[in-house]
Amino acid sequence: MKPAPFDYVRPDRLADAVAALATPESKVLAGGQSLIPLLSMRLAAPSVLVDINGLPGLDAITVTGDGVRVGALARHTAMLESAEVARVQPLVPMALAHVAHATIRNRGTTVGSLVHADAAAEMPVVLALLGGSLDVEGSSGRRTIGAAELFTGPMESAVGPDEVAVSAFFPALRPGAGVAFDEIARRHGDYALVGAAALVEGERVRVGYLSVSDVPTVVDLTGVAPDDRADAALERLDPAGDIHATAAYRRTLVRVLTDRVVTAAIDDARGAGR
Amino acid sequence: MGQPVQRVEDQRFLRGGGRYLDDVAAGPGTLHAAVLRSPHAHARVVDIDVSGVLDVPGVHAVYTYDDLTGPMAEPLPVLIPHPALTHGRTQYVLARDEVNHVGEAIAIVVAEDRYLAEDAVDRIVVDYEVLPAVVGIDAARAAECLVHEDVPGNVGARLEQTVGDATAAIAAAPHRLELDLEIERSACMPLEGRGTVARWDPDAGRLVLWTSTQSSTGVRAAVAAKLGLDIGHVDVITPDVGGGFGVKIVHPWPEELLVPMAARALGRPVKFVEDRREHFVSSAHERGQVQHVEVGFDDDGRLLGLDVEFWHDHGAYTPYGLIVPIITSTQLLGPYKPGAYRVVFESLFTNTVIVTPYRGAGRPQGCFAMERTMDAIAEYLGRDRAEVRAANFIAPHEFPYDHGLIFQDGRALEYDSGDYPASLEKLRKLIGWDEFAAFRRECAAQGRTVGIGLACYVEGTGVGPYEGAHVHVETTGKVKVATGLTTQGQGHETAFAQIVADELGVPFADVEVVTGDTRRMPYAVGTFASRAAVMSGSAIVKAARRTKEKALRLAAEALEASVEDLEIVEGVVGVRGTDRSVPLGTLSVLSNPLRYAFDEASKAATQFSVGDSEAPPVAEGEEPGLEGKDFYSPVHATFASGMHAAIVETDPATAEIRILRYAVVHDCGHLINPMVVEGQIHGGVAQGIGGALYERMAYDEGGQLLNASFMDFLMPYVTEIPDGIEIDHLETPSPLNPLGIKGAGEAGVIPVSAVIAAAVEDAEGIPIRAMPISPSDLHTLREDHRS
Amino acid sequence: MSETLHEIRLRVNGIEHELRVPARRLLSDALRGELGMTGTHVGCEHGVCGACTILVDGEPGRSCLMLAVAAQDHEITTVEGLAEPDGTLSPVQQAFAECHGLQCGFCTPGFLTTVTAGLRRDPCPTHERARDMIAGNLCRCTGYQNIVRAVERAATIGTERAATLTTERAATVGTERNATIDTERAATISTERAAALADRGSGVSS
Repeated sequence: MKPAPFDYVRPDRLADAVAALATPESKVLAGGQSLIPLLSMRLAAPSVLVDINGLPGLDAITVTGDGVRVGALARHTAMLESAEVARVQPLVPMALAHVAHATIRNRGTTVGSLVHADAAAEMPVVLALLGGSLDVEGSSGRRTIGAAELFTGPMESAVGPDEVAVSAFFPALRPGAGVAFDEIARRHGDYALVGAAALVEGERVRVGYLSVSDVPTVVDLTGVAPDDRADAALERLDPAGDIHATAAYRRTLVRVLTDRVVTAAIDDARGAGR
Repeated sequence: MGQPVQRVEDQRFLRGGGRYLDDVAAGPGTLHAAVLRSPHAHARVVDIDVSGVLDVPGVHAVYTYDDLTGPMAEPLPVLIPHPALTHGRTQYVLARDEVNHVGEAIAIVVAEDRYLAEDAVDRIVVDYEVLPAVVGIDAARAAECLVHEDVPGNVGARLEQTVGDATAAIAAAPHRLELDLEIERSACMPLEGRGTVARWDPDAGRLVLWTSTQSSTGVRAAVAAKLGLDIGHVDVITPDVGGGFGVKIVHPWPEELLVPMAARALGRPVKFVEDRREHFVSSAHERGQVQHVEVGFDDDGRLLGLDVEFWHDHGAYTPYGLIVPIITSTQLLGPYKPGAYRVVFESLFTNTVIVTPYRGAGRPQGCFAMERTMDAIAEYLGRDRAEVRAANFIAPHEFPYDHGLIFQDGRALEYDSGDYPASLEKLRKLIGWDEFAAFRRECAAQGRTVGIGLACYVEGTGVGPYEGAHVHVETTGKVKVATGLTTQGQGHETAFAQIVADELGVPFADVEVVTGDTRRMPYAVGTFASRAAVMSGSAIVKAARRTKEKALRLAAEALEASVEDLEIVEGVVGVRGTDRSVPLGTLSVLSNPLRYAFDEASKAATQFSVGDSEAPPVAEGEEPGLEGKDFYSPVHATFASGMHAAIVETDPATAEIRILRYAVVHDCGHLINPMVVEGQIHGGVAQGIGGALYERMAYDEGGQLLNASFMDFLMPYVTEIPDGIEIDHLETPSPLNPLGIKGAGEAGVIPVSAVIAAAVEDAEGIPIRAMPISPSDLHTLREDHRS
Repeated sequence: MSETLHEIRLRVNGIEHELRVPARRLLSDALRGELGMTGTHVGCEHGVCGACTILVDGEPGRSCLMLAVAAQDHEITTVEGLAEPDGTLSPVQQAFAECHGLQCGFCTPGFLTTVTAGLRRDPCPTHERARDMIAGNLCRCTGYQNIVRAVERAATIGTERAATLTTERAATVGTERNATIDTERAATISTERAAALADRGSGVSS
C-alpha cells in the first residue's frame, strides 16, 4: 500500500496552481485525508500532485451576516470550533461533529470534502440543503458553482480538472429559521448508513439526505403532513443495500431520521424565535 | 505472585523504544519485498510474465514457482496431522498452477524499497483461467464445484466422537428440541500484521531471521527444513510483537521462507512487512460454522442426550489441521454434563482465506451452540435460564471429571478443577440477575426495551507438549531468564519476573526475561491455547528452584552451614539467626572456577584463591555457572472457566443494540498479576463484542472480500465498547502445576456472542440463531418475525 | 528513469533534519525509514487505526495521510518527543504505565500523542470527554477500559505536576508556561462555542 510515483509541485501563487493543473491527470492536494488513502491503495494514480497548501490566504473563514465563506485550506476543526460560524449557520458545526474523527478533521478541509462529492459525506448535503456555492478558479477565470449544479454523480463534481476550488459559501440561517442534523453510523465516526439535515424556514421544510442516493439529495417537504413526510422523502430517494445495511433498513432509517430532524429543526426555529 | 506489579516492558513501549518487526534494521542495505497476490478466488495460472520487472531501477530479484527448488518447491507442511484429515491440502510457497483464494501468493519482488517493489509487482503480467469459486458453507456442502479437484464433496475431514448413545437418549427423553445455528467469519486483526526480516551471514554461514510469530522454534525448524540448512545454523528472534491473537501461530508463511531464501541468494538483508490489505486476504480468518443441535432433556432441563452436527469452513487449505473444529466439538460442553453425547463435524474447503485459530479457537462457536441450547431449553420449560444451567453443572466434588472424549492435544478431555455453582452465584450478584425483572419494568414504562443474557464456558488451557526455561544468575547478581515461547503483549517480561523474584528471593528489578529467541532457549513450542503462564510459568518455577538449590549448595559450602539453615532475601543468602551471608552474585562467581581473572570480583574464583586442592574444581554431577534449566510437560491441559452476563438495550425504531452493562466472573486459578489478567479479560471481551455486533468477513459469491479495510471491517473503537466491564474472580487452583494457575489469555472472548445473542433475544422476544448481529440484521429479523 | 528526489527539511521533536525523498514518500515512512524514528507505527496506512498519529503543530494528525514533502513547514512531534527533557515520562506516558493502558504497545504511540494534545486543550476532561478524546484510535488488546482510566489519571498527574511547578516558580519570577496559556485559550474557545450553540438551542446531533 504505497502510492505509485507522481510529480509534485507546491505553487505559492494561485495562477501557478491553475497552470500546473493543465497537465493531464493532475490532482489537487489540500488536506489529503481522502486523497492519500486512494493514492496508497493505488486507486488513484495522478501524474502530478498540485499541493495548494502553499497558497496564501486560502485558510480564511470569513463570517458575515450573509453567511460563512470558508477558504480551501481551512480545516474542518477550525470551522467546527468557530463560535462565529456556529452563530451564523449552526448547521455547519452540527454536521461537522459527525465528520470522521477529530484527528482527521484537524487536517481535512471542508472545501476538499465538497469537491470530493461523496454522497455519504456530511458537508455536501449541508451545502446542498442551504443552497450554498463553491468558487473555483481555472484557466478561464473564476466562477461560482451553485450547490444544485455542483454534485453531478457518484464522487463527481462540476469542478473541472483544471480548476482549483478556492472557497465555499454557506448561507446564514435566516432569523426565525431552524436546523438540525442527525445520522446513524455503524461505529462512531464512520460514514453514515443514513444521515439527514433539516432546514425549517417558516412553513418551508426541506431535508437533505446522505448515503441514500448517488448524490446528496434535498427533498422539499413543505406542506407535507408530518406522518407523510418520510413517504414523500422516500419517493425521491433510492436507498441501496450493501454489506452494512439492507435497503429496507435504510428506508426505515430514513423514516426515523426524517421525523427526528424535522421535529428538532422546528423546535430549533421556535427556540431561535425567543 | 498475586501483586498488580507495573509492567517493565512499558518503559520502552511508552518511549517509542519498542522493537517491532518493521523496526528491526537488520543491517545496512536492507532490501524490501512485495508479493503479487491472486485477484481471483479460483483460477488456473496459465502464464506469468515477469519480463517487465527486472529492468525497473531498484529491483533486485523476482521469484515465481519456477525459481523454487527442492523442498521449497513442495507444498507447505500440514502442521498438525490427524487421522481424520483424510484430504488435507496445503499451498505452495508460490502458486504452482492454481490459486485457491484471493490473496494467494504468486510471485515475490525484492527491491530497494517497498515503493519500488510494489511498482514492480504491478508490472508482472499473469494469464489466468478463471474457475468457479466455492464461497461459504452452503456452497461447499452443495459441492457443485470443487475447490480441489481431488477432494470429493469439498470435505477435508469428517470426525465423530460419541459418549453413550445420544440418539437413543434423545428419543427416550421427555422433551426434545432442535436448533440450527450459524457463526460468521471474523479475524484476529492485530494492529501489526505479519512480517519477516532475514540476514544471511556468509562469514559464519548462519541465517538470522526476525519474524513476528507466536512460535519462533516452529519457524526455525520449518526454515531449516525448507532451505536445507542445519537447524543449528538458523537463529530465529521474535522481536516485540504488535498483537497476535492466534494468527501468528501459523508458520511457515510463504514469506517466512521466501525472505531468507532471497537474503541468502542476494547477500543482502531482506524484509517483508505485510500491509493491511494483504493481512485481510493472505493471513488467516476464523469462526465460520453452521451447526445443528438436537437435545433431549428432563423436566428440570437436565440434559439426557445431546447430538451436535456442524460444518466448519476451513478455507482453501488446512495447514493447521483440525484444531479449531476439534476444540468446538469438545469444548462446547462447557461446565455441563451432557448425558449421552454425539458430535460430528465436516471440515470443508472453500475458495477463501485459510482458517486457523483466533483467540478462543473454536470455543466461541461451541459456547454459542451450547448456550443457545440452554436458553432454548429454559424458554421451552418456562424456567429461569440460570437455574437450567445450574441443573447441568459438574459439581465441585466431581473433579477430576473425565468427559470420555479426546481433546485437541490428543489427550483425555479431563477437567482438573472448578467450582461452577460458586461462579454462577457471583455472576448473579454482579449483574443483578434477580433484580432485572424490576429494571425491565422500569424501562418498559419509559418505552425502552432491555434484555439480559448469560453464558458459561470452560477453556482447556496450557496444553502440551512442553515449555522450558533457563535461569541464570550473573556475577553481578542480576538474573537473566529465558523461555522459548513468544510474547504479543501479555506482559510476560513482568509476570515471569514476578515468579522468579518470588522463587529465588531476588529483587524484581534484578530479573530480566527474554522470550522467543532460539539463541537463548532453542526448545520451545509456542504461544497459543492460553498456555504461556501455565507452561512457561511452571517451567520457570522449576528452573528457578533448580537455580536456588544450587545457590544454597554453594552457599552452604561457602558459609560452612547446612542448607536447611539458609534463606535467600533480596538476593543475599544468609544463615538464619546469624549475620553470615553471601550475595547470589558472589555465589555466581564461585560457581565458575576460573583460571583467568577479568575483574576484581572474579579474582575470588581463580585457582590460587579458592577450592579444595584435593577435589575437582567442578564437583562430580555439577556444572559451572549459577544457573538452572528445566521443563514443564503436563499429562494434559488445565481447565479454566468463567461466566459472563450482559444487559442490552435495543432501539425500537433504529434496531441499534447498546450494551448497558457487562459482567464477568473469571476463574483461572491463582493470579500471578491481577492487573494483567484483568487487562486480558478487557481485551477479550472487546474482541468478543466486535465479533458479536460489528465484525464479519463479507465475501461476495465470487470470493472477493468486500470489506478488506478498516473502513469496512468494523473493529470497535472505545465508543463501541461499554463504559466499564465489571469483573469478579474466583480462584480455584489447578492441581496440575506448581503455581496452581490456569490460562487466561483467550477467556474473555469465548462467551460474548452467546451472551449478546441471549440478551438481544430476551429484549426482543425473537429467537437469535446467527451471529454477529447488526442493527440491519435485527431489523430484518423484526420484519420476518412480524410477517 | 528514476524518480525525482526532493530535498526537504523536517523539524521533528525540535530538531531539524535534511533529507532527500521522492514526492510519494509518506511522512510515516520518512519518519521511520529516513529518520530512523521507529516509535511511530503503521497499522493500516489508510488513516483509520490511528497508530501513526503524530502531532503537527501541536495537533494530532495521521502521518500515513501526509506526504513528507508536504510536511516541511510544520513542527512535528512523535512519541519519541513526549518525555520530559530529563527523560522523565510525561504525565500521559506515566499514566498509561500506572493504569496498564497498553498491552502489545503497537497502537500506543498514537494514543499517547492524541491524548497529549487532547489534555493540552482540555486539561481536566469529564469522563465522557476522556472517552471522546481517544475515540479515533483503534486498540485491539486492551478493550479501552484502562486507556480511559489512563487519560483521567494523566489529567491528575498533569495537574499535580503543574501545581508543583507553580509552587516552585512562585519563589522565582518566571513567565507563564505555554501550557497554561494554551489551557486558557482552549477554555475560552470551548466556552464561546458552547455559548453560541446554547444560543441556538441544541440540535439533535449535539
